[in-house]
Amino acid sequence: MPTPGDGSMNRPSDLTRWTAAEMAAAVAAGDVSAAELTEAHLQRIARTDVQVRAFLHVAVDSAVAAASAVDTKRAAGELLGPLAGVPLALKDVFTTIDMPTTCGSRILAGWQPPYDATITRRLRAAGVVILGKTNMDEFAMGSSTENSAFGPSHNPWDLDRVPGGSSGGSAAAVAAYQAPLGIGTDTGGSIRQPAAVCGLVGVKPTYGGSSRYGLVAFASSLDTPGPLTRTVLDPALLHEVISGHDPCDSTSLDAPVPPVVAAARHADVAGLRVGVVSELSGDGYASGVLRRFNEAVELLESLGAKVTEVSCPHFGYALPAYYLIAPSECSSNLARFDAMRYGLRVGDDGTASAEQVMSQTRAAGFGAEVKRRIMLGTYALSSGYYDAYYGKAQQVRTLIAGDFAAAFEQVDVLVSPTTPTTAFPLGERVDDPMAMYLADLATIPCNLAGNAALSVPCGLAPEDALPVGLQIMAPVLADERVYRVGAAVERALDQRRGHPLLKEANGVDEADDASGEAGR
Amino acid sequence: MSITRDEVAHLARLSRLDLSEDELERYASQLDVIISAVARVQEVAAAGIPPTTHAVEFNNVFRADVLVECLGADVALAQAPAAEEGSFKVPRILAEE
Repeated sequence: MPTPGDGSMNRPSDLTRWTAAEMAAAVAAGDVSAAELTEAHLQRIARTDVQVRAFLHVAVDSAVAAASAVDTKRAAGELLGPLAGVPLALKDVFTTIDMPTTCGSRILAGWQPPYDATITRRLRAAGVVILGKTNMDEFAMGSSTENSAFGPSHNPWDLDRVPGGSSGGSAAAVAAYQAPLGIGTDTGGSIRQPAAVCGLVGVKPTYGGSSRYGLVAFASSLDTPGPLTRTVLDPALLHEVISGHDPCDSTSLDAPVPPVVAAARHADVAGLRVGVVSELSGDGYASGVLRRFNEAVELLESLGAKVTEVSCPHFGYALPAYYLIAPSECSSNLARFDAMRYGLRVGDDGTASAEQVMSQTRAAGFGAEVKRRIMLGTYALSSGYYDAYYGKAQQVRTLIAGDFAAAFEQVDVLVSPTTPTTAFPLGERVDDPMAMYLADLATIPCNLAGNAALSVPCGLAPEDALPVGLQIMAPVLADERVYRVGAAVERALDQRRGHPLLKEANGVDEADDASGEAGR
Repeated sequence: MSITRDEVAHLARLSRLDLSEDELERYASQLDVIISAVARVQEVAAAGIPPTTHAVEFNNVFRADVLVECLGADVALAQAPAAEEGSFKVPRILAEE
């Protein structure tokens, strides 16, 4: 029975348009079954993924089984979790015992992991329905999904543009209504940047707040799993499901999960001190991005926030430090792909040595960007260069953390544009690594310092009518603040506009969309 | 400073990447651009600034010394490129002579 307050009074007739919170409430109330929700999303994937290419693997049978288990539990009167029965798109970097895990790489094509990641396990335990595994830049290295060995995903706002990356498949799936929830990983911006360019909400929790166990490692001191969704409340619900101490991850924080759901419902910034980071705007940022960003700052002021400008003098060195630290960790982590225990093996003709087989396999199995970063990291860590590169980058990391600490003495949160530009055309930056790296200019500082950050849509850039993201940054373990500010911005902008921003996305062809059930 | 093709070949050897001549040339010019860009860290990282290796500081993490279940050999070997007699089968690891 629809009741005021849970949103059921004005839910659209198409189930895939609902928010995750609405879906969970409807399942709990018995208005809709988890099986119906799953079926609606599987059909949506079948109709639209030819265009979007968000998924590498759709797990029809296990999704249907997971949904049916939720419906059975409900029928038996058992208590359901806050997201039980809600479908989710999982980045293909998390191990799944019943689905392949490829990390977008040929070297792991067809690999079936022997165990579930902690994130996967917690999603299943919560009754979240995993629809399948989503496309990504190979081993999470990239900002466009163009580094996937299995071809790029497409931005639902404009299919000729990138959905961002590396969690671009999850972002594209959520923006195309193939799933209300997505999980990504953020090492240098890989959740926030795709969220920004697809008009979504994306959160990088505090480092150590979400477990890395079973997440195929890229840069272990930076990798952070987190949610991608269409509203600010939905990632908060997901955040609470996946977070909390994990004894299997030695860097998992043994601390209470910040009260993010309460903060997302609170949505009040009156009296909150907001700092605009001087170093994260101006040169290199598109004019339409800056315009929407400045309007968002004015909006926060009109909602009662106290806005000041704050200088973080070393943020200009974050990108160079990141492109030493991340490749160094990557060169070490990816040494495990040695063609001996799992994955691809090439050139084992009975005469070649293990070392030759290893070198041939890695040359054949890794793509251009992964090879580039492995060699860059090997260079930065090699004797004679270690002090000048890796060592210096680690010192810069200290300076960046110091900038954050000083800033958070003056303000409660920091804000900036999430990305310097809107979604760029497919192919535009593939041959220019430095241009691709710039996409993470504003997101990297939080990875180096480990603090929480969220990207929330703040309008369309006037020049290309593509979404712009506002980045909100908070201190370590103060994740609830980014939700509070994000929710306030979302509420005010949705009220002004009369509808959620994503409603204006029309890149996915509706005619084709209606054309049939085939293809699954 | 600039990175030569031979230096890239050395890096590729250390990285166990059997690269083509084409790749060596292309990576030499790309790594050169990237390394000169990232060298900017040297401008501000003065002596005496301690390094940060991890976003959030940790001490050693211990757990109780109790037996827990682990993957069985059959499961671990199920995805191996080659296996024999309960072991991973690998190409020769010693030189011919």
